[in-house]
Amino acid sequence: MKELTNEILNNLYVCMVRIRLFEENAGKLQENGKIPGALHMYVGEEAIAAGVMAHLSDQDQITSTHRGHGHLLAKGGEMDKMYAELFGKVTGYNKGKGGSMHISNLEVGMLGANGIVGAGLPIAVGAAFSNKFRKTDRVAIAFFGDGASNEGAFHEAANLAAVLKLPVVFVCENNGYGEFTPQAQHQAITDVADRAAGYGMPGVVVDGMEVIAVYEAAGEAIDRARKGEGPTLLECKTYRFYDHSGVRGMGFNYRTEAEVERWKKRDPLDLFKQHLLDQELMTEADAAALADSIRQEVEAAIEFAENSPDPDLSTLLEDVYTN
Amino acid sequence: MATMSMVQAINSALDITMERDQNVLCLGEDVGYFGGVFRCTAGLQEKYGQHRVLDTPIAEAGIIAAAIGMGVNGLRPVAEIQFADYIYPAFDQIVSELARLRYRSGGEFFAPVTVRAPCGGGIRGGQTHSQSPEGIFTHVCGLKVIMPSNPYDAKGLLISSIEDDDPIIFFEPKRCYNGPFYGDPHQQAVSWAGHPKGEVPEVYYTIPIGEAAIVRPGSEVTVLTYGTMVHVAEAAIEKSGIDAELIDLRTLLPLDIDAIVESLQKTHRCVVIHEATRTSGYGAELIADIQEECFWFLEAPIVRVTGWDTPYPHAFEWHYFPGQERIIEAMKSTLET
Ligand SMILES: Cc1ncc(C[n+]2csc(CCOP(=O)(O)OP(=O)(O)O)c2C)c(N)n1
Ligand SMILES: [Mg+2]
Repeated sequence: MKELTNEILNNLYVCMVRIRLFEENAGKLQENGKIPGALHMYVGEEAIAAGVMAHLSDQDQITSTHRGHGHLLAKGGEMDKMYAELFGKVTGYNKGKGGSMHISNLEVGMLGANGIVGAGLPIAVGAAFSNKFRKTDRVAIAFFGDGASNEGAFHEAANLAAVLKLPVVFVCENNGYGEFTPQAQHQAITDVADRAAGYGMPGVVVDGMEVIAVYEAAGEAIDRARKGEGPTLLECKTYRFYDHSGVRGMGFNYRTEAEVERWKKRDPLDLFKQHLLDQELMTEADAAALADSIRQEVEAAIEFAENSPDPDLSTLLEDVYTN
Repeated sequence: MATMSMVQAINSALDITMERDQNVLCLGEDVGYFGGVFRCTAGLQEKYGQHRVLDTPIAEAGIIAAAIGMGVNGLRPVAEIQFADYIYPAFDQIVSELARLRYRSGGEFFAPVTVRAPCGGGIRGGQTHSQSPEGIFTHVCGLKVIMPSNPYDAKGLLISSIEDDDPIIFFEPKRCYNGPFYGDPHQQAVSWAGHPKGEVPEVYYTIPIGEAAIVRPGSEVTVLTYGTMVHVAEAAIEKSGIDAELIDLRTLLPLDIDAIVESLQKTHRCVVIHEATRTSGYGAELIADIQEECFWFLEAPIVRVTGWDTPYPHAFEWHYFPGQERIIEAMKSTLET
């Protein structure tokens, strides 16, 4: 595992702030009617994408979920092309044809957000197989939620990866809910990581609000995978601060205000910022300057997206087949 | 009579059938405590309890398979697949099991499962929240496939479906859940209040499976469609001034071929419309049937207006979605021949 240098710590923080500000602004744009369709925001879960992706190169690949903006940003996604994709503009990562839930970019090793819950898991297994087949030390990471761990696809993926000892890490972002259903109503276990044992791989639980903890646990799992020791199921306990979809969602109460507040006290950004301040690795002024510069990045990216053209109608039928 | 949205009409159908028959139960993702993401099952768990309105894990194959097991033993499960786009993980259970039980057991047993699935586009849902997969299911022997276009039909057909002993895929055009949609996204959304089919009896009633409805009688061309496109076609006909006969198929399988033949005997021309992609779509089957029955009195090639042969795009939604202009053009082209 890469030693946790000050540079890496700084990068982790930058990554988390970028995700937070990207998402907050995406949420606003959606509420103003500028971004069409559903947006599942990653606010509250930033430490996971940051902590895992810090170990990866562009050649390491991930499969993502419907809640995928944070994954792509942490993997190296550029804000301008991401916003453009959400807007449905031709300059977007997928020429505007994909949108939030279907965004992908092979160049940075992001095989796709996914509108189908669970679908990415077995695909990551195949990607991991190709890494082994080609005798590289590349890994594949499958992100998925607590809800997704009930889909057959999760179980097929876990079993195949374990039996073939593939270089894949299954990263469960357990935010306690599948849509509006609390975990206790959709599975009889508390730790999704318990399922690892049934497939013959290690299952690890980590505090998903603590980026250093995620970094370390992910590092171990990824090292194992790179060394040919097989898959790991890494469960990160987390919480989404926004509703399932959109900022306020449908406005129904299924979580208590107290619960939300309790988790917000463990905001991964606040926790990590405090750590950096305590360790004197950053000052309040540094943090403010960083936020400012990222705000500028966000603004420029939104401007780029807004000013980009719609795709040309003549391209409507393109990219279904080879030509 | 009450004014109901399609959501309320579906809720009413579920409520009434659950009240009348202890064997009816609902299951699906977020259908219970939450009342369904589209609110179709709102209030039912409170009224009938957790064992009759089940919140399931996110596991579509499991939902359908469990419904089959329940159905074999005399329960009447109504399984909700939250969006029709999520039905594919359950495809094997639907095709290999649900559809074939009766045949496979030599008629000894069956599973009277109703699968409800909101379908269709026009909501900026992109590739995985907009599809119209009805043609995939009409290709499967043993299933009945239904898609109502309005609250009144939705209620009557859903009650019939739940009471039917055959497995039914009941598609709900979600763009019309809260009001008819006429194809113009810039027009202010309207509710079902004021629409004649938004008037729905609060009591039990049924609409027979397998009967089409004439929405608008006409003499020049027959327009066949279902779901959201019924309203788009109605507006297009209005705008065009063409005296078209608009038929809402309502049930795709079994098809009311008699109603179609009767109409074509009058008009001799036909336009077929659906949101789903074109190639091997349900329209192809319709046209083949019409060709067999009506060849000698057709006066123009039958024209299809459909979604494009692409995944449902995020951008371009209003080009992909068959709008009024494309429908008017199609009607005109049949009249010119
Ligand atoms: C196959 C499939 N079933 C259902 C859905 C609807 N859906 C979208 S997100 C979601 C909840 C997923 O929960 P989880 O995996 O815990 O991820 P989270 O949203 O909490 O990040 C559901 C049910 C879907 N998109 N695909
Ligand atoms: Mg979750």
